[in-house]
Amino acid sequence: MNRCRPVALAAVLAAAAVFAWLVAQPAIWQRLLARFAPDGVTALYPTGTLADFVLAHLVLVGVSSGLTIAAGLPLGIFATRRSGRPFRPLIAAAVDLGQTFPPVAVLALALPALGFGFTPTVVALFLYGLFPVVSGTIAGIEEVPSAVLDAARGMGMAPRQVLMRVELPLAARVILAGIRTSVIINIGTATVGAAVGASGLGVPIIGGLVGSQNVAFVLEGAIPAAILAVLADLLLGQLEAAVSPATGG
Amino acid sequence: MIELQELTRRYADKTAVDRLSLEVRDGETCVLIGPSGCGKTTTLRMINRLLEPTSGRVLIGGVDAATIDPVELRRGLGYAIQSVGLFPHLTVRDNIATVPRLLGWDDARIGERAEELLALVRLEPAAYLGKYPRQLSGGEAQRVGVARALAADPPVLLMDEPFGAVDPLTRERLQIEFARIQRELHKTVVFVTHDVDEAIRLADRIAVMRDGRLLQYDTPENVLDHPADKFVHDFMGADRALKRLVRVRVTDVLEPAPRIRPGEPVSSAEPPVTDGRMFVYVVDAEDRLAGWVDGREMAAGRSVEEATTRVDRAVAAVPGDATLKEALSAMLGLGFRHIAVIDAEGRLLGEVGFDAIDRVLASGDARRAGEGA
Repeated sequence: MNRCRPVALAAVLAAAAVFAWLVAQPAIWQRLLARFAPDGVTALYPTGTLADFVLAHLVLVGVSSGLTIAAGLPLGIFATRRSGRPFRPLIAAAVDLGQTFPPVAVLALALPALGFGFTPTVVALFLYGLFPVVSGTIAGIEEVPSAVLDAARGMGMAPRQVLMRVELPLAARVILAGIRTSVIINIGTATVGAAVGASGLGVPIIGGLVGSQNVAFVLEGAIPAAILAVLADLLLGQLEAAVSPATGG
Repeated sequence: MIELQELTRRYADKTAVDRLSLEVRDGETCVLIGPSGCGKTTTLRMINRLLEPTSGRVLIGGVDAATIDPVELRRGLGYAIQSVGLFPHLTVRDNIATVPRLLGWDDARIGERAEELLALVRLEPAAYLGKYPRQLSGGEAQRVGVARALAADPPVLLMDEPFGAVDPLTRERLQIEFARIQRELHKTVVFVTHDVDEAIRLADRIAVMRDGRLLQYDTPENVLDHPADKFVHDFMGADRALKRLVRVRVTDVLEPAPRIRPGEPVSSAEPPVTDGRMFVYVVDAEDRLAGWVDGREMAAGRSVEEATTRVDRAVAAVPGDATLKEALSAMLGLGFRHIAVIDAEGRLLGEVGFDAIDRVLASGDARRAGEGA
């Protein structure tokens, strides 16, 4: 497994590079999607290039997932601390609610306060993606055997040392799995941002569905979004394997 | 020295430890024993402040533990627990290095210390330093646990059923090894167990606890011979006399063993063979036990070579640091009234017989009889 890792990683990176190149080739997409476009209509959504949409999508996902991780990881850690344990049910319920609420509903609710465009979309995606990160962090840390924690404390590790040297390394794999789930959900969900005017791969999809009923537009957004999700899954899978603690088996 | 003064820990619904006072002298092993829920583990955890006492004090070397920062306090007290609690993501070397790292030792010193400790707990350093805990057997993991507790050479060791999670055979071996290590290192040890045999084997003094209270704190001999009350009496078990045998080493009751070398007549045995004795040990040129000859066969005119029963030393003899209990069980296994005692190189040191065991058992009876008078 360890010996295969560089090869697998290289393969994933190569696939990502091929995709990046492909995104910048409108001629290929035009030819590919032309048969799905109604006669005499262009197959590619006219308001921007595919590269623009992919880039905007990545920014949307990057910012919202970044915020999700930046907030979710400390929140999950806090819920497992002695001082935060009383808040655990509250935190769990809150992030659960965040995921129960459909992002479209969050968008609708956010509109009056945040207006149209990028910001409300990021807020909706941030809330929606929080659950897997927080619950993964809590689960990963709580999975650390109590005897291991007892030994760590009993030998004189300070609480921060127990967290950094024992709990987080042992929980890393489960935490990363939560982040991976969150990011992948996010890549798909980010397309709804187009409904409130955020750019991204949702723009051709919504455009194809609502205005012109052009299947080619829908596919121009949907296919790259799907590929992005798969690539992110593979990449984060590699990362997960890399941070998994060696245990000699 | 560790001194517990009126140590008490109360929970909402019960008192786990109730005004417990005792003293553990430097270099002594104090074993806390009692049925589960008697408060022995709670007591141990109050010593290194994993639990805070409701009232009472713990003095370590005369200093009130409550005045020491708990993290600092714990770095000075070795700690080993039942489920071992080895860090699964760290190698044996890094596990042992835990406390030295916290204390800021440099890497070379840590490496040296790890090797030294593995040798002490009889694990081949080269083979084990790089292993991960899940690659170890239960017994090996316990050994590493003990090595880790000893890493920074703390004067005090706190051990909570450190050999609890292994099979009885491995457990006994670990106890014997720990007794050996303790004879070398003279740590001040507080050891929690519910295993009477373990307590008797390892303790300088046994503290018998029940429902949070200390019932008796005395040497194993006295706890066996003069139990404070019926509970202690029953807890120590009906085979108390037999348990005394664990307290005596074969070297303490060693008798000279008649021996000859191949080619020598039985009559030349040193010391001479007395009437009624049926056999003589046969040793090689280096005095290593090779076997024995039966006197009757010699009388029938056969040579020593012909008459010698060659034996496997591991089965037919016990080492010098074995207890009388092990000697007795070896004798019963062989069906003999004597067992040879050998040193690490296999040299014949002497022998132990049923009569020695008889005397040890009788001395316990005498003490009990004296108590009754």
